Formats: sequence, C-alpha cells, structure tokens
Amino acid sequence: MRRPRREFLKLVSLMLAAELVPAGSALAEEWNKPAFAAKKLDDLYKALGANAPQQSDQVVLIGPEIAENGAVVPLELESKLPNTEMLAILIEKNPNPLAAVFTLPAGTLADIQTRVKMAETCNVYLLAKAGGKFYYAAKEIKVTLGGCGG
Amino acid sequence: MGNPMKIRTKLDGDVVLVRVLMSHVMETGLRKTPEGELIPAYFIQTVNVTYKDRTVLSAQWGPAISRNPYMSFKFRGAARGEKVKISWVDSKGDSRTDEATIE
Amino acid sequence: MTTSNLRAPARWLAALAAGALVCGAAAAVLAQDDRAAQEIQKYRQMLEEGNPADLTEARGEELWKTPRGPKHATLEHCDLGLGPGRLEGAYAKLPRYFADTDKVQDVESRLVTCMMALQGYSYADAIKNWYQSESDIQLLVTYIAAQSKGAKIDVPATQPREAELAAAGESLFFRRSGPLDFSCATCHSHAGRRVRLQEVADFLLPEDARAAMTKWPAYRVSQGEVWTMERRLIDCIRQMRWPEPQYQSEALIALQVFLQKQANGGVMDAPGMKR
Repeated sequence: MRRPRREFLKLVSLMLAAELVPAGSALAEEWNKPAFAAKKLDDLYKALGANAPQQSDQVVLIGPEIAENGAVVPLELESKLPNTEMLAILIEKNPNPLAAVFTLPAGTLADIQTRVKMAETCNVYLLAKAGGKFYYAAKEIKVTLGGCGG
Repeated sequence: MGNPMKIRTKLDGDVVLVRVLMSHVMETGLRKTPEGELIPAYFIQTVNVTYKDRTVLSAQWGPAISRNPYMSFKFRGAARGEKVKISWVDSKGDSRTDEATIE
Repeated sequence: MTTSNLRAPARWLAALAAGALVCGAAAAVLAQDDRAAQEIQKYRQMLEEGNPADLTEARGEELWKTPRGPKHATLEHCDLGLGPGRLEGAYAKLPRYFADTDKVQDVESRLVTCMMALQGYSYADAIKNWYQSESDIQLLVTYIAAQSKGAKIDVPATQPREAELAAAGESLFFRRSGPLDFSCATCHSHAGRRVRLQEVADFLLPEDARAAMTKWPAYRVSQGEVWTMERRLIDCIRQMRWPEPQYQSEALIALQVFLQKQANGGVMDAPGMKR
C-alpha cells in the first residue's frame, strides 16, 4: 500500500469539516457541489476549514485487492469508533476524488456497503467523523485491464 | 418518476439489515457516444432513508457510485411489520421513493 | 559471462543453476497468476449479492403478464416445452425440438413464436431492436431464465433434429475461419486459458461448461445491462472477426445445443453477473 499524501487528506478533511455535515438536519441535505466538483487538493482545502485526519485501525475499509472491472468495485465501510456520524469515500486518482458521503444518525451502525467506479489502480480512503474529529483508513485497490468479457 | 428499487430487509433482534438495488444509469459525464459526443452527467445525488418518520441514513452521491447502485446498511430499533422508506433525487431533479415492510 | 571457457562439470553446473533460476522465476510468475486469479474470485464473490439483473427480471415478469400486441394478450399461455404457461425449469431444457414449429428452438426463438402466436406480433415487430438496452426480448428472457433457478441443464439432444444441430454446433465450435483463422476452440478448448486477467472457459471440460452456461443470461458489468446468450455469442463471434450471424439463425441455435449439451447437469443460477 502506498503511503497516502498528507496534503490530500488535510484538504479533504477541510472539505468535510464544514458543509457536508449539516448539524441535526432531518431533511435531505443539499448536494455539495464544490466538494464533488473538486479535482485538486487545493479546491477541497478551499471548500472549508479543518483538522488533519488521523489514521486509525478503528476505521476499516474492506474491498477487493484486484477489481476485475473498475466500473464496479465493492466496498464495505466500517468504523468501530463510538459516535461515528459520517463516512466518506475518496478515490485518489478519480477525476473527482469524492465518491460519496454517508450521514449516520444515532442508532445507525457505521457499517455500509456500496459499489464505486475507479478510473485506475490507486488508494481508496475511508474518512470517518466521530466525536468531532476526523480519522481515516486507506487501501490500495488494483484495477485490471479487461479481457474479453465473461 | 424513476425506476423501482428492490429493497430487502433482514431483522436480527432489533437491528435490521437493509439492502437496496436501484435502477439508475449514473452517467459520469465523461463517456462519449460512438460519434465522439460527450454523454452528459446524470446521476443520483441524494438518498434518504426513513423509518417511522425519522431519518436513519442520508447520503450524498457523486457519479463515481456504480451504475445501478447497490447499498446496504444497518440500524437499531427496528421491528417487524414496520416500514423502511428509501428516496433518491437525481441531478435532473427526478426522484423515486419505495418502501419495504420489515419481515 | 560465458560458460564456454569453463571445464565440463562446471559448465554443467552453470547450466543447472541457470535452469533453476528460470524455473524459479517461472514458478514465481505462476504463483502470482494463481494469486491474481484467487483475488478476482474474491472480487466476484463480493458482487454476488445485489445483481442489477434482479430488477430486469422484475420488469420481464411485468411484461410477461401484460396484455400486449395486436391480439392484446399476455404471454401467460406460452409453451416453452413443458406445456402452456409452465415456466419452472423450462429454460434448463432449451434448446429443444418443437413439433408445432417443426424446429429446434432456443429460448429466444421460442419466445418469439409465442409473441407471434399469442399476441399477434409479426416476426419483424417481435425482434425489433432486440439488442437495445432493456429490450422486451431481453427483459422477458431474463424472467424466463430466473424461473429455472435450481434446475439442472437437461439437453440430451437425442431427438434426430436436435442431434443434427448438436453435431453442427460442435463442428462450428472447432471450425477455423475469418481473417484471424480463429475458432471458438482456439480460446475455449484448453484448461486454464486467460486473456489478460480474464479466465476463459474450456468448453470441453464439463465443469467449465457448466460454470459458464448456468449463469446466462447475465448482467454484464462492462455493458451495464443484461445480455442473452445469443447476444453474447454474436459478440464473441464478432470478436473473432467472423461475420456476425443473424439473430436467431440456425447457426446460433446449433452452437447453443452443443454448449448446453456440454453443460448438462449444471444447476441453473441465472441471471448471473459477469464482467
């Protein structure tokens, strides 16, 4: 697994610290265009103010070592941190790294599965917000070049 | 109104596992037609799940979520016979709501 | 470094050492291949839950039960070989000979027979745009195949016309043609073959044939939609740089009789999910 770049994570956490998690909103959130449109770390940084996420073994990103097809990469997002209120998926080498953000009210387990598109082999980050702080786990997922189709 | 979702629930004590399959093209806006024209981005942006009128999950998605999205999640305090309601809104403002009774 | 100036025993040892190095390297590559294959297996397992084809199947069921066509009728009396309206296990026994049409038919051609007879569609209207995403035929075939889940493929091809097509299909499978001089067998008749990291089924091995045939029709992740067997075969043939066979042509039915016969005993689990 390649070492994650600190900058990248700082920028992302800046983005996340503010607008993506409206406090106590029961309504559907407004889609955060700047965050999803951000291509570069700088833009993500500009999106908000923040704290650098800490790597944590309590944040668990489960996924395949090799994805046969980058269009469908299954991921399981878990956090064992108490009061995890948000989980987000960042795919380092996608044109727009932010893939998804999940807001978890109390009573909802920090255990979500979904599937994402990956442009190429790279690190995938799972960001978790718990107790007002940010934590992360990273995993490199290889994306193969296809065969004939199965 | 978007295409129907398939929602499955599995109760274990008072924790319910919800698995949902949605039908949506989730176009990234980066693909081209055979003639070389860009296919515009078109994807689910927000998802909301409620149980007995309280939100149990909300999500913001980008086009990097796979086509025909699949998602699973769990929450506490669920009971048999009650309903889980899932809604999504996409980038064109189209929406879809489906519900399932916990069995 | 050359070995020519070494004395014989040393030369022999050097050759042995060089050989060992090569074998070691080869073994490492093979081990890597195995590991990659294992990881891809795990990837496929992670995707087993939540197949978008389930939604296609639901839409197919709706179409099956909706009155349509000039006769404004449903397909609920369609006879796929087990009697009118009997769907359970029907897909697993196709292709087969049908007395009423005096033809060996696969699921797609039999479905069209029903669409014409029961619903009054012309042949042209029934197969119109069959290859387009979520076409009626593809939705219906997905539904029909799902009704055979758990059933064993049973295509003995003993009836004379069936046997004839099985032989024709086998001969097509082995026939080399086209600008690349390819046959299906070129890729599909050797165990453990791969195209990059994509495993290629060996249709001469019963377990490979079963693993392949029991999962079609399948949601093809690379296409984002469900493909029927005919569509997949046409695409394979196109990839071999052969001219594309006509939809529902006897050649495609012959190939399917051969392939299903190879897969006899396999337990149907369609619609599947494929790359």
